[in-house]
Amino acid sequence: MKYMLLIYSNPANWAALSEAQTKELMDDYFAFSQRINESGEFIAGDPLQGPDTATVVRVREGGRSVSDGPYVETKEHLAGYYLVDCESLDRALDLAAQIPDARFGGIEVRPLADFGQM
Amino acid sequence: MSGVIAGEEVFRTESGRVLGALMRRYGDLDLAEDAFQDACLAALETWPRDGVPDSPGAWLTTVAANRALDRVRREARRLPKEVQALGLRADGVGAAVSPAADEELDLDGEPSVLQDDQLRLLFLCCHPALAEEAQVALTLRTVGGLTTPEIARAFLVPEPTMAQRLVRAKRKIALAGIPFRMPEPDELPERTAAVLHVVYLVFNEGYSATVSDTLVRTDLCDEALRLAALLAVLRPNDAEVAGLQALLVLHDARRRGRVTPDGRLVPLAEQDRTTWDGARIAYGVRLVEEALRTGPVGPYQLEAAIAAVHAEAATYDDTDWAQIVALYGLLEQATPGPLVRLNRAVAVSMRDGPAAGLVELDRLVAAGELPTHHRLPAARAHLLAELGRTEEAMAEYDRALALDASQPEQAYLREQRAALMPSRTPP
Repeated sequence: MKYMLLIYSNPANWAALSEAQTKELMDDYFAFSQRINESGEFIAGDPLQGPDTATVVRVREGGRSVSDGPYVETKEHLAGYYLVDCESLDRALDLAAQIPDARFGGIEVRPLADFGQM
Repeated sequence: MSGVIAGEEVFRTESGRVLGALMRRYGDLDLAEDAFQDACLAALETWPRDGVPDSPGAWLTTVAANRALDRVRREARRLPKEVQALGLRADGVGAAVSPAADEELDLDGEPSVLQDDQLRLLFLCCHPALAEEAQVALTLRTVGGLTTPEIARAFLVPEPTMAQRLVRAKRKIALAGIPFRMPEPDELPERTAAVLHVVYLVFNEGYSATVSDTLVRTDLCDEALRLAALLAVLRPNDAEVAGLQALLVLHDARRRGRVTPDGRLVPLAEQDRTTWDGARIAYGVRLVEEALRTGPVGPYQLEAAIAAVHAEAATYDDTDWAQIVALYGLLEQATPGPLVRLNRAVAVSMRDGPAAGLVELDRLVAAGELPTHHRLPAARAHLLAELGRTEEAMAEYDRALALDASQPEQAYLREQRAALMPSRTPP
């Protein structure tokens, strides 16, 4: 089953770390990506640029509106994602727990919609 | 006709086993429930005529399995080949099915296999990905075999609301791919704790019901006891499972002393201990002693041990308060929290006198704990009254009454406050 692992992170948490700690977390990210590449569960994954680079598009009856900033303003923002293919939700949750940002922020795990189910 | 009535009880007790077996085969809770329901209807037709079979569980499982297979085949004929090739099940829902799905459905049931299925079903219903109230509803529906209207009544919720809750829970299981499997050894403690928590919630819901509530609410206690006993059979070497069972048995054994016939709550200090079920208390005490011997020690065992010390005391004053204080101290290490500290403070007041207890309670107040909980000012009021500080005691009872308490609790607090009136010194 395919899942999105959506990484929510507060940049303040990263800013508070020492150089050594930051390097350790980056190493953990690299190691995690390697592991799921080897297991064949990795489909895609990228960090995103910060929320100040975000733009929101809405289309309402009056027309299209474009606004600066993320969709929701919170301390934690969507920082990146992994798209994985794994056996069940339990496996997806195990993978999410290995993502370094799980220790500070949170990872939302959502299955991909299957048009056969809808 | 008694055969039919006995049969209906059988539907409830066999629910978990049959659904567990079908889940192992098909991994679809909706399919399993529909098939089981069909089997029960078939039983209601044929059993009055042919008699209740020797093994009603096996009969129901056979019929349900046939119904499920029929439906799966019918759906499969309808679906295009590509969908089938993707390995989706006939109804198109991609729920994760355990590898055992290809095995023959073991209808005569090696007991251990049937038990494993029931355990898997319990773990499925209590998966942390489901909301707590969904876990409770699903457990009662599938393993408890309660009907949706029964569960709705038990939790004082409209039936359509409860029905929706169950639909959403099953939908999430299917769509999010919550698997039907035994948790890995390293997941077991957390997952078992989730199941124990659900059983405890069910018991607590029933236990809080007063005499004026419907019988279904009191039946919740019985249902929780049954689930706890089932869990003890399925997980025999788990000390916390045994601990929970002991705790529920010890609470249940003293149930009749808690409430007067007209629905008044009787505090522990005033309960008529002759109404307590001595044999059941002895059973509960044996359970907790055994659990503590098995270890490792956990919160349910400690709560059960505290209940055991209370249950074995001839009177409130005779209670081994020193042991209770010590046990609350251990409980605080296992599950720290203000309510545990409150209970410990009350025990300290019994062991060392009201002034010592008040010191502990004042620490809670100073830390800003439990600001909206009536039990803190109520406990302070009680101790202040014992120390002759009547005006302060009455003020604390007022504070307690202003907070959230049930009707019987409020009535009790008002009574206690009124009893202080004669001791007021004139201004």
